[in-house]
Amino acid sequence: MTRAKRIWDWTHTWSSLVCTAFMLVVCLTGLPLIFSDEIHTLTGRHFAQAELPANAPRASTDAVVAAALAHVPGKVPLYLFAEEDKPDLWYVKLDTRTDTDERDAVLVAVDARNASVLGLPAFEEGFMAVMYRLHVDLFAGLAGKLFLGLMGLLLIIAIVSGAVLYPPYMRKQEFGTVRHTRSARIRWLDLHNLLGMVTLCWALVVGATGVVNTWADLILKAWQQEQMSRLAAGKAVPVLDADDAVAAATRQRDVSQFALQRALRAAPDMRLEMMAWPGTLLSTRTHFAVILRGDTPFTSKLRDALLVDPQTGEVLRAGDRPWYVTLFQLSQPLHFGDYGQLPLKFLWAAFNLLTIVVLGSGFYLWLARRRRQTDARNRLVMKAK
Amino acid sequence: MKTTWEILRVPIRLFVVSGIGLFTALVSDGLGDTVGWICLAYPVWVAMSRARPR
Repeated sequence: MTRAKRIWDWTHTWSSLVCTAFMLVVCLTGLPLIFSDEIHTLTGRHFAQAELPANAPRASTDAVVAAALAHVPGKVPLYLFAEEDKPDLWYVKLDTRTDTDERDAVLVAVDARNASVLGLPAFEEGFMAVMYRLHVDLFAGLAGKLFLGLMGLLLIIAIVSGAVLYPPYMRKQEFGTVRHTRSARIRWLDLHNLLGMVTLCWALVVGATGVVNTWADLILKAWQQEQMSRLAAGKAVPVLDADDAVAAATRQRDVSQFALQRALRAAPDMRLEMMAWPGTLLSTRTHFAVILRGDTPFTSKLRDALLVDPQTGEVLRAGDRPWYVTLFQLSQPLHFGDYGQLPLKFLWAAFNLLTIVVLGSGFYLWLARRRRQTDARNRLVMKAK
Repeated sequence: MKTTWEILRVPIRLFVVSGIGLFTALVSDGLGDTVGWICLAYPVWVAMSRARPR
């Protein structure tokens, strides 16, 4: 074995050994998460909405928020979220005040077409919530996320070093040869090589995007801080000027709807994803923050943040989307595999299962190699005696 | 003994086809989704057919 091959072999062995247990947890918990929508539907944890015509108009955001407030009195609105797959299902987040740590925050699901309350989603309870927390942060918050990110980096190193080690093993064999008649170790080595090569691209993409997703909190905070500092420095760019006449006519009645209309007028090819009320973490004291996403399959993965002054109707953009936010936003669908309907989910699950076999067989091969080395050493000792 | 290109020809093909599948399903709907499914099903089919005892 050459020195370079020994180094690659050592890198592959130890990078994969350290991350194997955690990546197995991530793969196993990822399997049900791929089908989370279907599981929620089957277990009755989704909200059944009334049958209305496809082109039924939407209620105003103020009516939706008022319905949520009537359902949970004594609270104030923080955020409104629109689901990408179910655009008529909105979630309103309420709390006792806007400058809150959200410990007592409540989510209320509301039908966006008739402003009827559908219920309180229990995202933090049940089997899927446990799977989600294990997959995302091992129940350890930000530290758990960053730790899993580190394990993901080790997985990428293991994949790359495995690809480098692949050709020497295959000098005398056809691609995909699995020697079923030989020992279990040889059979699993062949399977490890075959499945490692087959899943290479998928595992690299899902691994790398998973690592990026573990930095979500840091990336979004950095973006928010950058935007706030640009606003404070007066560097925000007006994308729609103030219109006092329109503002005076609408703002008293429907403040948040007015802010949304102004944002959509400034960015007509976009759809609502989220609104943050003034005074919350994601906006300023005087502006609504409106997060919009594109309306094509590709641009729907990219968000744009606008700030709307509800008193004047002025719409500001704090700056262009930084590259790291674009990278993060594109990482999310590529990791979850939820962008290509049910067949893509089944393929995601198949790749996930193949990756589990690669991880398990890698661990088995390490054990088998150790056993062989120990046996050889024992034989030498016996011979010497 | 095979050359490195002969060894890596099929793995590179699988890598490229998988990449095309991931990308087309991401950036388009309808036909793009179908192309993405077919491209991603190819490596899964290769894995299943080769791993089976023959």
